[in-house]
Amino acid sequence: MKPTNTSDPTYFHKVVDCQWACPAHTPVPEYIRLIAHGRYTEAFLINWESNVFPGILGRTCDRPCEPACRRGRVEEKPVAICRLKRVAADNRGVVDHLIPRKGPGNGKRVALIGAGPASLTVARDLLPLGYDCVLIERDRKAGGLMRKNIPSFRLPVAVLDEETDRILDMGATPRFGEEITSMKALLDEGFDAIFVGTGAPRGKDLNVPGRKEASDNVHIGTDFLSAVSFRHIEEIGKRVVVIGGGNTAMDCCRTALRLGADSVTVTVRSPRADMKASPWEIEDAEREGIPILDNHAPKEFRLEGGKLVAVVFEKMRAEYDDTGKRRLVPTGEPDVVIPCDDVLMAVGQENSFPWIERDIGIDFDVREAPVVGKVDFQSTRPGVFFGGDAAWGPENIIWAVAHGHQAAISIDLYCQGQDLMQRPAPTTTLISQKMGIHEWSYDNDPTNSRRLNVPHADPALALRDLSMEVELGFDPGQALLESRRCLNCDIQTVFSTNLCIECDGCVDICPVDCITFTPNAEEAELRQMLRVPAQNTDQDLYVSDTLPTARVMVKDEDVCLHCGLCAERCPTGAWDMQKFLYNEAHASTARLPEQEKKHVA
Amino acid sequence: MTHIVKPQFRHPRLATNSQGLTRRDYEGVISTLCAGCGHDSVTAAIVEACFELELPAHRVAKMSGIGCSSKTTNYFLNYSHGFNSVHGRMPSVATGANLANRELTYLGVSGDGDTASIGIGQFVHAVRRRVNMLYICENNGTYGLTKGQFSATNDRASKNRKGLDTPFDSIDLCNMAIELGAGFVARSFSGDKAQLVPLIKAGIRYKGFALIDVISPCVTFNNHTTSTKSYEYVRDHNHMIGRLDLVETSAEIEADYAPGTSADVTLHDGSQMRFTKLDESYDPTNRETILPALERYRQRGEVATGLLYLDKREADLHELIGTPDQPLNEIDERALVPGSGPLAAINAAHR
Ligand SMILES: Cc1cc2nc3c(=O)[nH]c(=O)nc-3n(C[C@H](O)[C@H](O)[C@H](O)COP(=O)(O)OP(=O)(O)OC[C@H]3O[C@@H](n4cnc5c(N)ncnc54)[C@H](O)[C@@H]3O)c2cc1C
Ligand SMILES: Cc1ncc(C[n+]2csc(CCOP(=O)(O)OP(=O)(O)O)c2C)c(N)n1
Ligand code: SF4
Ligand code: SF4
Ligand code: SF4
Ligand SMILES: [Mg+2]
Repeated sequence: MKPTNTSDPTYFHKVVDCQWACPAHTPVPEYIRLIAHGRYTEAFLINWESNVFPGILGRTCDRPCEPACRRGRVEEKPVAICRLKRVAADNRGVVDHLIPRKGPGNGKRVALIGAGPASLTVARDLLPLGYDCVLIERDRKAGGLMRKNIPSFRLPVAVLDEETDRILDMGATPRFGEEITSMKALLDEGFDAIFVGTGAPRGKDLNVPGRKEASDNVHIGTDFLSAVSFRHIEEIGKRVVVIGGGNTAMDCCRTALRLGADSVTVTVRSPRADMKASPWEIEDAEREGIPILDNHAPKEFRLEGGKLVAVVFEKMRAEYDDTGKRRLVPTGEPDVVIPCDDVLMAVGQENSFPWIERDIGIDFDVREAPVVGKVDFQSTRPGVFFGGDAAWGPENIIWAVAHGHQAAISIDLYCQGQDLMQRPAPTTTLISQKMGIHEWSYDNDPTNSRRLNVPHADPALALRDLSMEVELGFDPGQALLESRRCLNCDIQTVFSTNLCIECDGCVDICPVDCITFTPNAEEAELRQMLRVPAQNTDQDLYVSDTLPTARVMVKDEDVCLHCGLCAERCPTGAWDMQKFLYNEAHASTARLPEQEKKHVA
Repeated sequence: MTHIVKPQFRHPRLATNSQGLTRRDYEGVISTLCAGCGHDSVTAAIVEACFELELPAHRVAKMSGIGCSSKTTNYFLNYSHGFNSVHGRMPSVATGANLANRELTYLGVSGDGDTASIGIGQFVHAVRRRVNMLYICENNGTYGLTKGQFSATNDRASKNRKGLDTPFDSIDLCNMAIELGAGFVARSFSGDKAQLVPLIKAGIRYKGFALIDVISPCVTFNNHTTSTKSYEYVRDHNHMIGRLDLVETSAEIEADYAPGTSADVTLHDGSQMRFTKLDESYDPTNRETILPALERYRQRGEVATGLLYLDKREADLHELIGTPDQPLNEIDERALVPGSGPLAAINAAHR
């Protein structure tokens, strides 16, 4: 293999598994260390820079970082990254004076349609540059699905208000309570750019016999949740069936319970292992006593005297063909009849744009989805951008934020007449953490403690109250224990070939056998030649230049604990522990002169 | 030395042996030696060898004297017996222990000071008596623990860190051991585990006195450019006379090799030693030719490494003096206290 080019920022960035996996590339280990030190405000600000909604995401994030977390490869469970974020938000000091305001007007006006997380992020990034950001939202308040669909027992309204207001207060121009019904008309208003952040507003339906006749008691899940959040629905039948296995289904069933249903049953067509809902959401529903029946495909809504009385299900079984493709086939067992008063259907959402005329240069593909650039988020009409669920269908908040950041960069480049493909580079620093002989600026002694569970509110109370938050969050003591579990993956092991005397000290001391000195070979072969063969090909090999004995140093990044023992054991300083700080470029900082790119924290 | 305890985390796919143990289960406490010390590499090689031999750690006795090298018995085989003796006295303690319990595996670790200076009188007799043990001398040409005085194995040509010469010739422990009756004599380099690990395995399996003189650089006091025991010097002057492999069962011996370059030797316990010659002219089983050959390497300034001598007879102290088969702690009271009849007979024989 060729020697690793560590001057390419992606190499060390990939080692920071959580940050690499985070769509917004939040510098996770950096803020976790700050939490361990009780520096919650700084930890909050790092999050605010990257993901805009620390309090919201600290409760609701889909957390792609956690399955990626190295700790999950070294012991059983990843660091509770998401819940630590909440600790920073819950315990931070005053930050108002640290939040930038709208900059001196630059004469450009940008329309942001929909005030969900995607549009709010665009506003957050463009306001400091002096853009007039006009937020046009059908509802009376900002937040999008975070307000309408995520129930307040998971996300308290106060937290949502605080974090949406923080952006509005920077100086956005709201046009709330206004629905855009014609893109043409909006274009005529002469905005310099338009961002479509309207989400994926249409809940899917199921065409099953009896559906139409039973429509009084069959509700689309997302519509139901919105109606509950706007208090248009305040009660529900005693027996409720929820159809669907995603997160919406989990929110529907828990909401139904709190509206007074006696029995709630979730039914899923597919086997349980294939359910779309996050494992922790399933766990939360089951903890509240809600049964989840898998392999149940809805077959008929049964009515008596014109009123819904039950849903009939056919039992299914998954079969896989040679290519591993799944097919659901009926098992032939007798149908299952579940008596009920109301049905909630949570079988997916799609984006729809009846209000965008098809003759104004904004192209849609065969599936009626807009054609959007993967890098610049621009539609086929220059100056019109898409992001969040509106771009490629339902995702989650953190993806909406990541899209928002990129779209803001594009809008800024577009308004300044620059090439959209010349994206600003991230800022990175790589600094030795050595403080003395065997002393490091970070806690290099990995703790053995296991992942802590977040304490929950008393279910006897929580199940009766729609707005009582179920999770209580870690207290500072628990936060300290949990944050110490982080393996500091951003503290990189940096190797200098010219200093190494090949004494083997580092090989011998490494607790997880990361390091091997070996003759060089092609990657596939080299992976087999290591002290422990490197089977996890998602993780890179760090290969040195050729050493005096004609061998190379190969480090498998897979399970490195960043304990620094290699560097402590090295007599010549050929290994050093260096902190790699990676900050994604944002519109608000991208065009600042180099020396001012320093981040708030 | 480091301030933290070595983390307990292991590689999730770390191999286990038939004892259900991983390599890390053969470790000891974290080393307090200087970073980069060759002795730590020897420790790692011992760990690797014991793991590969699948030794039950509780049936091993680690013996040592005083010195940085002698300290290292604390850094491997945490679950073994151990005796850290007075400076230079390990050979006698090991002899006594071995006589008392012949069933343990004896692993002695010493330094060039501990062995060739204060302990030389003890060392030669353990060799001569063919105590069944592997004796590893971690040879750095200096007294590391007492901060860098010349030791008796330091070469005439090798200056100390301040540039001073030694007026004395060096002792070559391997030559001496061959002459005194050691059955297995090898030299190796701490920086070459590929060579060292199989030598340690074979030395442990060998019945009789086995010596491995491991050149093990002292990074702090004897790794300078004018030293002949530095990493760089040993790498540049290393002359490998052969490669040794230990094959545990005969079923595995199938690899082909060029005729005349390889010889297999079956040890008393059935394991096979395969010796592959790298230097055609050198035959480690021929006592007559090896000493002159070693002298030639020395004169050329080469450090000959590998298995230098092997006595296939494998005779040990117990055999030579005809001791009972069991360890003393297993001999029952009746055998140990034969009663007044036999005592009277013994006494009569001395009248
Ligand atoms: C039940 C449910 C639970 C969820 N739970 C989570 C969770 O726990 N964690 C997570 O990360 N994600 C969750 N999601 C997904 C997440 O809410 C969305 O992915 C995210 O909100 C998308 O953000 P967005 O900015 O693209 O659009 P949205 O949040 O959908 O906002 C779009 C806004 O545009 C407005 N709008 C639409 N059309 C127009 C128009 N023509 N004129 C004016 N305004 C308009 C809408 O009123 C809306 O306010 C959940 C989704 C659902 C349905
Ligand atoms: C009886 C006695 N004399 C002297 C000493 C001082 N002393 C301690 S270690 C040592 C030399 C050790 O040298 P070596 O065996 O080569 O070990 P190294 O530290 O080099 O590995 C000496 C002289 C002692 N501890 N005991
Ligand atoms: S251990 Fe810490 S830095 Fe590493 S992936 Fe997990 S959270 Fe991120
Ligand atoms: S920091 Fe060094 S010693 Fe520690 S696990 Fe990583 S490679 Fe091994
Ligand atoms: S400890 Fe340092 S000098 Fe020794 S092999 Fe490792 S990197 Fe090289
Ligand atoms: Mg010494």
